[in-house]
Amino acid sequence: MTEIRGIYTLWLREVKRYLRDRTRIVSSFFQPLLWLVIFGSGMRVSGTIGSLSYQQYIFPGIIGQTLLFTSMFMGISVIWDREFGFLKEILVAPISRFSIFLGKMLGDSTDAVIQGIIVFCLGLLLGIPLSVIEFFEVLPLMLLITFGLVSIGLTIASFMESLESFGVIQSFINLPLFFLSGALFPIRGEQVPNWLQIVSNFNPLTYGVDALRTVVLGAAWQPLYPLYFDVAVVCCFDVLMIALGTLAFSRSK
Amino acid sequence: MDNVIQTSALTRQFNGLVAVDKLDITVRDREVFGLLGPNGAGKTTTISMLCTILKPTSGTAKVNGFDIVKQATHVRKSIGIVFQDPSVDDRLTGRENLYMHANLYGVPQSEQKPRIDKVLKLVELEDRADSILRTYSGGMRRRLEIARGLIHYPKVLFLDEPTLGLDPQTREHIWTYIKELRETQDITMVLTTHYMEEADKLSDRIAIMDYGKIVALDTPDELKGTLEGDVIAVKTKDADRFASVLKERIAVKKTRIVDDSVEITVQDGKALLPRIVDVATQNGIYVDSVSLREPNLEDVFLHYTGRAIRAESGDELHGMSAIRRRAIR
Repeated sequence: MTEIRGIYTLWLREVKRYLRDRTRIVSSFFQPLLWLVIFGSGMRVSGTIGSLSYQQYIFPGIIGQTLLFTSMFMGISVIWDREFGFLKEILVAPISRFSIFLGKMLGDSTDAVIQGIIVFCLGLLLGIPLSVIEFFEVLPLMLLITFGLVSIGLTIASFMESLESFGVIQSFINLPLFFLSGALFPIRGEQVPNWLQIVSNFNPLTYGVDALRTVVLGAAWQPLYPLYFDVAVVCCFDVLMIALGTLAFSRSK
Repeated sequence: MDNVIQTSALTRQFNGLVAVDKLDITVRDREVFGLLGPNGAGKTTTISMLCTILKPTSGTAKVNGFDIVKQATHVRKSIGIVFQDPSVDDRLTGRENLYMHANLYGVPQSEQKPRIDKVLKLVELEDRADSILRTYSGGMRRRLEIARGLIHYPKVLFLDEPTLGLDPQTREHIWTYIKELRETQDITMVLTTHYMEEADKLSDRIAIMDYGKIVALDTPDELKGTLEGDVIAVKTKDADRFASVLKERIAVKKTRIVDDSVEITVQDGKALLPRIVDVATQNGIYVDSVSLREPNLEDVFLHYTGRAIRAESGDELHGMSAIRRRAIR
């Protein structure tokens, strides 16, 4: 019971901090907007994918990208907490490291999913056909995708000494995951080089984006894998990353 | 239970460097125990081990009857800590910080509000409880941290340099709280400090720590009493020569040079004072000033460690907390 209350407390803290940071919420609006409006319109010349416009095609990918970038960025909160001393207050509390990690992870995931919801609503403004049912289908998917990604961010951050080094490592991971996930272009087909197809198999985001497309684009999209398979892979990835993260938090003092 | 804390050969090394060396101390129930020493003496390392933040290299300790290695969670429930560096969330309000702490320590929900109101009152922060912490001054944050350390009714409260970097007025304020706590609460406190005055005013017993070892342990009065007599300080530009002349002419065993002064500890200072001045004049040494006083902890420290406690400002925080602490002031 104490553990659950501890998790809830840490979750609440992350969410409160996030909601009070207006600049972060507002700025979260712009990057996806740039991708969808400028990149999406500009690349329209490259043609349509199946019966989809390019903008429609990348829309689920941009949701995935937003989840990826914000989740990874959340790792910074660990470094921040350490620099400002707050981490000590949490680490000496009589709750387990697993609960500490879980509370923080759930809080950061909630923040990342809020960003995802903002992008989803942006899609409505841009005239992408979406429904309320789709929203409620996308929501649990977004959560599942962020759990693992936030865990990567938190795990890496727990090893980092400074904000700068975390920034460098973060971009090392973000961009390959993003580019190799099929968010911006198809990663299956005859014209796609073999190595890219192989590498993308090892990218958890490939399955996340595929699942988002399956739900958002419906019949217009030919899924790479069945939805249940995508979800299963993402879940396995989550469990693995949460275990790693707990381990990383247990060794930090 | 008479001893709330008992350490046995508690040792911690950092890469072969011994920070705490086979420490054996006992802290009694409801006392204020002062750990006094210069920076790097091992005070914070000792406290960190007792708080289960740091694992001992060898040896162990019991806090409130629980082993710090094997029963860490029980130890954590029995203690409150006020860290040397700030450790509050500055984006939350004071009250939110306290609620968070209460929840992390499993304080029953029905008791949270009354306890929080009580500790806020104790540190006189009721008016500002709902402001975001960013707007607090350094002293207010410190007071909030003390309040936070009390919410879960700890058996032992650790205060690691509680007034480091604070202005004298705030320092006095915090001293008053600590004294009040001691009288009104059923609590044992362990205090680390390198301020002599602080250790003297607050502690029931003081352990002087140097290079990871306890060099003396007693009540402040007893410690000062071991020096027997008065301290005479003679300020002169010729301190070195005067010290050797004094040894020769008057049977003083030990002289110390502190800044430009020669200090000696003697039985009857008043009687000896004229003779000392005489000696100086006879040897052509110009005396700037002479003072006579009772020994203080500074002298005790000097006596046991052979050197003065390093004079330090409060700017020894690390990283961003340092930048921020400076900005607050």
